[in-house]
Amino acid sequence: MNRKRISLRQELPLLVWLVFVWGALWQNFSPGNLLFGALIAVLVARIFYLPPVELGGRFNVLRAVPFALIFLGKVVAASFQVLYLAVVRGPNVVSAIVAVPLRSHSDLLVTATGHVISLIPGSLVVEVDRSTSTLYIHGINVRNAEDAAKLRKEVRDTEAGLIRIMGTKDELSALTQEIAA
Amino acid sequence: MNPETVIDAVSAVFMVTGALMSLGAAIGLLRFPDLMSRMHAATKPQVLGLFLLLAALGLQMRSWWVWPVLVVAWLFQLLTVPVSAHMVGRAGYRTKHLHPELLSSDELEAVVQQAAGQQAAKHGVDDDDEAGR
Amino acid sequence: MMQTVLTVTAVVLSLAAAGAIVRIGRGPSLLDRVLAADVLLAIFGAALCIDMAVNRHLNNLMLLVAISLIGFVGSVTVARFVAERRESVRES
Repeated sequence: MNRKRISLRQELPLLVWLVFVWGALWQNFSPGNLLFGALIAVLVARIFYLPPVELGGRFNVLRAVPFALIFLGKVVAASFQVLYLAVVRGPNVVSAIVAVPLRSHSDLLVTATGHVISLIPGSLVVEVDRSTSTLYIHGINVRNAEDAAKLRKEVRDTEAGLIRIMGTKDELSALTQEIAA
Repeated sequence: MNPETVIDAVSAVFMVTGALMSLGAAIGLLRFPDLMSRMHAATKPQVLGLFLLLAALGLQMRSWWVWPVLVVAWLFQLLTVPVSAHMVGRAGYRTKHLHPELLSSDELEAVVQQAAGQQAAKHGVDDDDEAGR
Repeated sequence: MMQTVLTVTAVVLSLAAAGAIVRIGRGPSLLDRVLAADVLLAIFGAALCIDMAVNRHLNNLMLLVAISLIGFVGSVTVARFVAERRESVRES
């Protein structure tokens, strides 16, 4: 087998996740069970080989926790917004498709941004242009250019938050420069 | 008040709100005019509803070891719902399920037309082979 | 109190399921129907969840995960199928 070996460090998040799922499914977090789970995780990762996810190499927990909390709040807000629109506006709701160019070109960040965007109020990813990393977003209740600009800013802010959590060093320094300018 | 009553009350509120989220999704499905806005109604309340119901379940079981499996179940939902919504939305856009009169602006339209023009120019008089992708 | 919660949620979920079924029947296009079927599955999932919470057991948990997986695989498959078929129809 002449595939490129991935370093253990790169594989570690996947293994930790697999062991966590194993423990959760058995509902048993005793050391013996976890050890057996780790053995199976390594075997699975070796046999069922998938292309490794290109991680940015850093993960900022201090930024991730508030981001997750805000995200949870936004999920709640999104549901109530849809509920409100369905009951009050109903058939007269007006939407728009907005193109949002992203800063990052890493697949992981574009995917993560798309996921978060799909779950926060009033936006859904319709199409992704991978070559220019542009997201085409369907925004509900977007009636004029002002609303579209607000939606665009929301998406770019979400991406900035994700870059602060797990973007590469280059992306992070580009982001700080952009904000300072 | 003893803690048992409080936990019961909180989980009861969670359950009723979670069920209401499903009802909200159904109202949205019935009242929104086009596929895209119905997709908003189908995805977002689903995620919150499952979260609330799983939280109520975790509170009712009163043991810590159910929480990890509930978290895993919710995370799977969190990962799959946007993907399926995106796939449906993409298919809807490509098969012209949109009602242009319901959109205030469509910035994808120009890009699609441009790409179609380029492809037609490249292929000359030949039919384009979009289905080949 | 749990009995009241059970009654209320049963009524609410029945109404929601009725709405989704109406959309499946009426839905102008295949994609609308798939979307409504997905919501119907989510409502079933919610009902299973409430049953577990009220009766305090975990027997349905794997069924819940399986239902959401079926919804996911189903809608992705249909979406792909619809896109492919429409494109080839337009060309011919």
